[in-house]
Amino acid sequence: MSLNIIVLAKQVPDTRNVGKDAMKEDGTINRAALPAIFNPEDLNALEQALRLKDANPGSTVTLLTMGLPRAAEIIREAIFRGADAGIVLTDRALGGADTLATSYSLAQAVKKFGNYDIILGGRQAIDGDTAQVGPQIAEKLGIPQVTYAEEILDLSNGTVTVKRRLESGVETVKAPLPCVVTVNGSAAECRPRNAKRLMRYKRAVSPSEKAKLSEEQQAYVDAHPYLQLQEWGAAYVDADPEQIGLAGSPTKVKAIENVVFTAKESRRMDNNDEQIEDLVKELIANHTIG
Amino acid sequence: MANFYTDNPDLKLHLKHPLMEKIVALKERNFADADKFDYAPADFADAMDNYDKVLDIVGEICGDVIAGNAEDVDHQGPRVENSRVIYADGTQKNLDVCRKAGLMGMAMPRRFGGLNFPITPYIMAADIVSRADTGFENLWGLQDCAETLYEFGDEDQKARFIPRVCEGETMSMDLTEPDAGSDLQSVMLKATQDADGTWRLNGVKRFITNGDSDIHLVLARSEEGSKDARGLSMFIYDKRNGGVDVRRIENKMGIKGSPTCELVYKNAKAELCGSRKMGLIKYVMALMNGARLGIAAQSVGVSEIAYREALQYAKERQQFGKPIIEFPAVYEMLSVMKAKLDASRCLLYETARYVDLYKAYEDIAKERKLEPEERAEMKLYNKFANALTPLAKGLGSEYCNQNAYDCIQIHGGSGFMKDYACERVYRDARITSIYEGTTQLQVVAAIGNVTTGMYNSIIATYQDMPVSEDLKPLKDEVEKMIEVYNKAVALINEINDPEYTSFQARRLVEMAGDIIMSYLLITDASRYESESMAKSAHVYVNMAKAEVAKHSEFIESFTPAQVEYYKK
Repeated sequence: MSLNIIVLAKQVPDTRNVGKDAMKEDGTINRAALPAIFNPEDLNALEQALRLKDANPGSTVTLLTMGLPRAAEIIREAIFRGADAGIVLTDRALGGADTLATSYSLAQAVKKFGNYDIILGGRQAIDGDTAQVGPQIAEKLGIPQVTYAEEILDLSNGTVTVKRRLESGVETVKAPLPCVVTVNGSAAECRPRNAKRLMRYKRAVSPSEKAKLSEEQQAYVDAHPYLQLQEWGAAYVDADPEQIGLAGSPTKVKAIENVVFTAKESRRMDNNDEQIEDLVKELIANHTIG
Repeated sequence: MANFYTDNPDLKLHLKHPLMEKIVALKERNFADADKFDYAPADFADAMDNYDKVLDIVGEICGDVIAGNAEDVDHQGPRVENSRVIYADGTQKNLDVCRKAGLMGMAMPRRFGGLNFPITPYIMAADIVSRADTGFENLWGLQDCAETLYEFGDEDQKARFIPRVCEGETMSMDLTEPDAGSDLQSVMLKATQDADGTWRLNGVKRFITNGDSDIHLVLARSEEGSKDARGLSMFIYDKRNGGVDVRRIENKMGIKGSPTCELVYKNAKAELCGSRKMGLIKYVMALMNGARLGIAAQSVGVSEIAYREALQYAKERQQFGKPIIEFPAVYEMLSVMKAKLDASRCLLYETARYVDLYKAYEDIAKERKLEPEERAEMKLYNKFANALTPLAKGLGSEYCNQNAYDCIQIHGGSGFMKDYACERVYRDARITSIYEGTTQLQVVAAIGNVTTGMYNSIIATYQDMPVSEDLKPLKDEVEKMIEVYNKAVALINEINDPEYTSFQARRLVEMAGDIIMSYLLITDASRYESESMAKSAHVYVNMAKAEVAKHSEFIESFTPAQVEYYKK
């Protein structure tokens, strides 16, 4: 059985390697100081998608990402790792979106994409850490969702069986297709970029990237359809202007506080069980721990 | 999230050598594949960009996966179950990730599914893999054997076996036997023919790296009653046909992840590769030269990890109120380690480039007759490659052992414990100066180039190369070293006694190596405008000068009669 698989992914600032200039004075992220990377859990989702493709020859994996035009970078990376195609949903009108507007926009893109069997995405992105977009897309599309997926155990007869990694243990659930599955960081690591695929697709570009190339390079891309990545705008996916971007985002940031931890007082105690136990009791009593 | 390619700027520099343009043009036949394969480069810049990007994948896999598995692989090691090898879990993961990344069959032509990479970037990948896990470099690096299949197999064999290697099946070269180690002409494994012409192999092989591989190249005695090299042929054994059991694997000091097997051939079906009787004389010699370059790369990788581990520890470890790197005894050791690392890396890529050039011509010669000047170039590059390979392998492996030793020394007592990577590096390093021909055998292979003046011809190619102003005094020093070397060589040639030449050979070969590596460091540092290489050039020339003087003193004050004192 061949499947149409959509992988939702996001290009994020690499918050895992934060230096001292990672934040601006006003408390917002200094994107220039942080490299833009493929959101790590989206790579876990991509691996699950590629495994489904391996098991179901003839399947296609399409990466869908919303962001700046440069997000085409993660589409290329996904293609180097085994994805077939990719779409960048990009438009000035989409800027400033919170999770509600983002999930609406992506759901519109999925509808435009049409025929799909399963949508996979990372559990959450390392910049916002909300874990809301995947579930909200499922709601908007009116299809089931499986969150915290660690492994897709089976996909057959219109049903997907998923192992979920929960705080208290593991749960195996079934869901009818199509559905949304958000994948945990504990799932299998994504396979590496493949040398031949990299050499084959390294010149793949989105229309806005192509526009910056020389005429000769543009002609080369025109002659090789597999090098043409797609770029969709808000109008193309029939998005309601009221529900996208800042206008469609009820979340308003009131203030950002720069919290610097400083110890104001210190206390010394001896290294014995009695004093440590007293301290633990005190910390439980004042709700610092427990 | 480390990348062992991008965190080491010297690698990119070595890839920029001016000879690369010629190598790529020959290897790509002026980019004829571009119309046939969508992953083939269209021009030189495109090809170089491909090498750079693929090495980036190698570096990422090595930094993120292979290096992280190295300790577990070292502890767990492979095992034998039902006469088959089961790799350590980490080894299996490493192989899987290399297969998925398409890093097998890198140097093979595209029509067989390979990447058609020249030897130079392929060897660079080996250098990087070895730094991550020296033992794993063996399994991965045995894809070299496909080169021999490609050179000497018939079209049908190439079409059947090489694509499998490119897909990730592993190889082994089954040469050594209990009574045939360095002396391969004593190989006894018997090859006989059934009435229908099918070849059958019977006997035992020992110390076979990755002996349970999918495709084996086997040296066997096909001529009954023969006793020397002329009775040996090379065979291909396909594991799918069965007939070879793994009797045991060795419990080794290092490179523990790489299974070293004793194999029993029980009437195993095999096929002849190339012509009968040419097994050792031609094919294994070619195989070994490729493998030696691989060990030279492995050695540089070991030197790299040894240096990095030592440097990091020396910066962190505080004694007497400061990091130990601030003490002269420690910083000298570290700078000498770095100089040996840089020198052996320069020599490695110099050798790889010459191998690339002559092999590309050899391959073109299969398609058309070479022009007289092309033939002449091929011969010259072949001679250079054959002269430099034993230096790169012999001296590079000795340097990596010295670096591993110093790495532990810098760690002090902690280095003697199992807590740091350096003890593994020390054990892994030890084999490099033994297998694929001991250092002593590399000296045997190299000494002819001393006495005939071949090394002088190579040195002459460096003498006109541009040198940056600050390194010119070093060049003068090297010129003085050459005079000392020439005097010592003249002395030996004058006596003209083969045993005496052998007795002094190690010293002479080391002198040649000292001079060549000094020159390479000076010219490479100038060409790439690399401050770190220039620094290493200073350190290395200081050391080389003293080494050359030491050897010269020994040779000049020695008389052939004194050899008697050394005999037991």
